[in-house]
Amino acid sequence: MGLSNSIPLSQVKTGEMFQINKIQLEGPLKRRLLDLGFIPGAVVEVLQKSPLGDPVAYRVSNTTIALRKEESLLITGSLIRSEAHE
Amino acid sequence: MSNFRIALAGNPNTGKSTLFNLLTGLRQHTGNWPGKTVIHAEGALDYKEKHYTLIDLPGTYSLYSNSADEEVARDHIIFERPDVTIVVLDATALERNMNLALQVLEMTSQVIVCINLIDEAKKKGIEINERKLARKLGVPVVKISARNKTGINELLETLDQMADGKIATNPIQVTYSNDIEEKIAQLEPLVQRAVGDAFPARWVALRLLDGDKSFLNALKKRQNGVQKEVAVHGYSACH
Ligand SMILES: Nc1nc2c(ncn2[C@@H]2O[C@H](COP(=O)(O)OP(=O)(O)OP(=O)(O)O)[C@@H](O)[C@H]2O)c(=O)[nH]1
Ligand SMILES: [Mg+2]
Repeated sequence: MGLSNSIPLSQVKTGEMFQINKIQLEGPLKRRLLDLGFIPGAVVEVLQKSPLGDPVAYRVSNTTIALRKEESLLITGSLIRSEAHE
Repeated sequence: MSNFRIALAGNPNTGKSTLFNLLTGLRQHTGNWPGKTVIHAEGALDYKEKHYTLIDLPGTYSLYSNSADEEVARDHIIFERPDVTIVVLDATALERNMNLALQVLEMTSQVIVCINLIDEAKKKGIEINERKLARKLGVPVVKISARNKTGINELLETLDQMADGKIATNPIQVTYSNDIEEKIAQLEPLVQRAVGDAFPARWVALRLLDGDKSFLNALKKRQNGVQKEVAVHGYSACH
């Protein structure tokens, strides 16, 4: 089910939209990501990378949240093609 | 004049401090929570023959990710047991804000849900049916703008009535999967025997099932009467 084109959030480029499918974590770290709004089904927009590329700012559920790469690597899902480019 | 303790809880940036300042004016002081580098603000408010002490809790998305802020907010609600907890929500991000609101509703029934930034929501074309929401959540819901000072009288009226015990609440309870509900049912009577009515038994049972060491440590400390001002490290998630 769409697993073939499943990618980690860390690979998504600035300006692109992404839908979360799974958090590849357990325990308190998973809980923290869920609490920040990174829940399966949620749509995430990649806002901007910091000068060194880490952390990255994301827009999720109407709020801007920065994640480090070790976190965004473990959030998998798929790109949403933006209508503006079609 | 009777005295009531009111806690303001909510996600970061939802206008808790703006509301706190509006309600308490200059009658406030700040300091640190014992052993934590989290600012503690307390203020006073008199309304209709009642004296209120307001506590501005740190803004958090949750009470269970074990940051210092979250522990302060959780410990305050569960151990200090404010007479009323006002959960301040951002009207433009209700879905996100409900996580914390539901968590608080599992801990206490003395809750007023205060939907702030209603002016921003209007600008964005968001309409909120507070009566329907109040029915669903089982507690009063008041729409305000702390910046424009609208809805404040209704909030104070609701507070006054809740303090008088005139509002019967019936907070929504999250229902978990069958096996978790079964375990809760087994644990609840044991919890009740161990801690009595001092804590909401269902909530404590859930913490046990969650393996929430941070809460259990806080509980042990309280029960031993040990006021060690050392944060428990090595377990909490890094931010
Ligand atoms: N438009 C609008 N802005 C508001 C309202 N209430 C607060 N703000 C603004 O929202 C921002 C955050 O307000 P604070 O009161 O600091 O929020 P807080 O909940 O205390 O934030 P933390 O302590 O970080 O959790 C400030 O810029 C406020 O001026 C409101 O009703 N309408
Ligand atoms: Mg504040």
